[in-house]
Amino acid sequence: MRTDPHLFKQGEAIQNYEQKELMTSGHLACPGCGGALAMRMALKELGEDLVVVIPACCWAVIPGPFPYSNMKVPLMHTAFETTGAVISGVRAALDIQGKTETQVMGWAGDGGTFDIGLQALSAAAERNENVIYVCYDNEAYMNTGIQRSSATPEYTWTTTTPTEFPEASPKKNIDRIMAAHAIPYMATTSPAYPHDLMAKFKKAKEIKGFRFIHILASCTAGWKIDSARSIEVMRLATETNAFPIYEVEDGEKYTINIEPKGLPINDYLKLQGRFRHMNDQQRESTQRSVTKNWEWIKKQASNS
Amino acid sequence: MSKKEVLMGNHATSYGVQLARTQVIAAYPITPQTQIVEELSEICARGDLDAKFIKVESEHSAMAATIAASKAGARAFTATSSQGLALMHELLFWAAYGRCPIVLCNVNRAMAPGWSIWSDQTDSLAQRDTGWIQIYCETNQEVLDNMIMAFKLAETVNLPVMVVYDAFILSHTYEPVEIPDISEVDKFLPPFKPKYKLDPSAPYTFDPLCTPDNYMEFRHIMEEAHEGTKKAYLDVAKDFSKRFKRKYGILELIDAEDADILLVTSGSMTSTTRVAVQQLRKQGEKVGICKLRMFRPFPTEALKDAIGNLNGGHRIEKIAVLDRNISHGGGGIWSKEIKGALFGMSTAPKVFSYHLGLGGRDITPDTIKEAYEHVKNNDQPKETVWIGLKR
Repeated sequence: MRTDPHLFKQGEAIQNYEQKELMTSGHLACPGCGGALAMRMALKELGEDLVVVIPACCWAVIPGPFPYSNMKVPLMHTAFETTGAVISGVRAALDIQGKTETQVMGWAGDGGTFDIGLQALSAAAERNENVIYVCYDNEAYMNTGIQRSSATPEYTWTTTTPTEFPEASPKKNIDRIMAAHAIPYMATTSPAYPHDLMAKFKKAKEIKGFRFIHILASCTAGWKIDSARSIEVMRLATETNAFPIYEVEDGEKYTINIEPKGLPINDYLKLQGRFRHMNDQQRESTQRSVTKNWEWIKKQASNS
Repeated sequence: MSKKEVLMGNHATSYGVQLARTQVIAAYPITPQTQIVEELSEICARGDLDAKFIKVESEHSAMAATIAASKAGARAFTATSSQGLALMHELLFWAAYGRCPIVLCNVNRAMAPGWSIWSDQTDSLAQRDTGWIQIYCETNQEVLDNMIMAFKLAETVNLPVMVVYDAFILSHTYEPVEIPDISEVDKFLPPFKPKYKLDPSAPYTFDPLCTPDNYMEFRHIMEEAHEGTKKAYLDVAKDFSKRFKRKYGILELIDAEDADILLVTSGSMTSTTRVAVQQLRKQGEKVGICKLRMFRPFPTEALKDAIGNLNGGHRIEKIAVLDRNISHGGGGIWSKEIKGALFGMSTAPKVFSYHLGLGGRDITPDTIKEAYEHVKNNDQPKETVWIGLKR
C-alpha cells in the first residue's frame, strides 16, 4: 500500500475534506503554531472514535486549564516520559473491554520523544502496540522557554545554546531510530502539506500495530519567525531538504512523498532568528549534512 | 468451595489478583517480587485470567501503563519492590492525585547502596506523601485477603492501594492459605464500573492544567477521601469477614488488656513478637502488642482509642515502636508518626523507638526481648535505640 500524495489537491482548503472539527477554537496556542495546526488536521482524519494522550509539552497547555478543554475527544494528560507506556495501557484496557477499533494516539513534543520519552517509546514500538504515536517536533523545549533538545539542529540558538556557543550536535535522527524498530508504519510530514499530513493519518488509521508519525511543527517564538510566515518556513524546511517528507513501511520500504525543489538551505535559515548568527562556514556545513541525509533517503527509496 | 493450599507470599498475591478478576497488569521483574509477575504472566497466557499483561521496560512504565488502564476503565494491578518503587515515585502521585483505584503489591526490600535484596520497610514508607493507601501484612493469608479487599477499598474511595509485605520472610516462605471460591469473591467484588473513564462516547479531559484557582480544592477533596478510607476499610473488612470468616481491622491489639507496655509492630515481625510476648508473659511480664495494619491514612483516632481506652481506661505506661526502617536524620518512621498522633493526649504513654532488622537482619524473639528489656528498664525515652547493632 502506498500513500497517494495527490489524495487531496494541494492548496485546497482542508475544511473540504472532513466536516467534523474535533478541536475547538479558544485554545491557548500561539498564532501560527505548527503543533496546533497539525492536531486539527490529524483529528479530522482520525475521527471521534479516539483516545488522545498528551504528556508535558506545549499541548499540555493548549487545550486550556480545568475545567476547560478544546478537545471533543477523550484526552488524558500524563507525565513527560510516559507517552509510550500510557498509550499501551489505554490500548490494553480498551481491548479487554472489546473496544478494539477505538484508535489510541499519543501526541508528544520533541523533548518528550527524542529525549525523556525515548525509553517508553522504544518499548511500545518494540512490543508493536496497536497505537499511533505522534511527535510534533518544534526542535527545542519551547514550552519551558526555548531550551535545546536532542531534536535541535546543529548551530541553532536556544536559551541554553546562546549565539556564541550554539547547538553543538546534529539533530538526532529519530526517523531512522523508529524505522530500525521495524514498525509497520513510520512517516514524516508537515502542516505545510495538509494533503500529505491528512493522507498519512488516513493511511495510519487503516494499519494495525505501532505507527509513528513525525510532524515538523513551527514555533514562532522559538524559531523567531513572523507568525504570518509560519507555513512558508515549514514548507521551505522540506523544499531545502532540511525536513524530508517520506515514509517507511515495516522498517524497509521507503517512499518519498514530497519531491523537494532542492532549494539552498539558506532560503530556510535566513527567515529564522534562531539561525541569524550563523556564519558562512556553518551554513555550508548545514548544507552538506542535509544533502547527505537526503541522498541517503533517496537511496533507500530507490532500493525499496 | 474455598480450598486450602500451602503458598508462598508471592503466590498468595497472584491468587488474589486472579480472584479479583484483574483486567490489566503491567509489571517489570525485580527480586523479591518477580514470582508474582512470572505467575501472573502464565495465568494470563493460559487464559485462566481474562487480562492483558503488558511486559513493560521499567517500573516507571509499569505504573504509567497501570494508571492509563485504570483511566480507560479496567481493573489494574502492578507489583514491585525497593528500587522499582522508588523509580515509580513520580507516577505514584499521578495515580493518587488522578484518583485511580489501582492496586500495587510492594514486597519490602532495602534501598541501595549497598545492594540488598532483603527485607526493610524504608522503600514503601518513603512513599508516605504520595497519597496512596498503605496496608501492611503479617501472614500470607493476610496477603491474599488484603489483595482482594484492596481492590474493593480502592474502588470505594477512588484511591490507589499499596499492599505491603516483607521480602523472603513472607514473599518466599510457604504457609497454609485458605483460598476463597471465585464465585464468592465475585459477590464480594463486583466488576469495576468507574463513573468517568476515557470513553469516546463521553469525551472528558483528564488531569489537565490546574491553576491556583482550583488546585487547593482538589487536594482538599482528596484529603476528605483519605479520611473516609478508615471507615471504608472497616466496612470492607466487615463484609469480607461475613463472607469469608476472617476478621481485619486498621490495627490489632494482642494481650493488651492488662499490659503496662505495648510493643508496636507492623508486617511479619508481629509473628515473631507474638512468640516473644508469650515467653515474656510466662515470666509474668505485663506486655502486649499493638499491630498496625494501615500506615496511610494514618490511624490516629484508632491508635488513640486503642491506647487510651483499654479495659475501661486502663493506662498503658510505655510503648516500644519497632521500626524496620530508617528516615536518616529523623529516626524510625512508624515511631515518628505515632509520636505525632499521640501528641497532646493527656493519657499518652511514653514512646520509645527502636531500629531493628534493617536490610534483612534477622529479627528473632531475642531481638524483640532485648527491646522489651530496654523499654522496661528506662524511665524516659531518649534517642532511637539500635537493637543488634555490631560495634
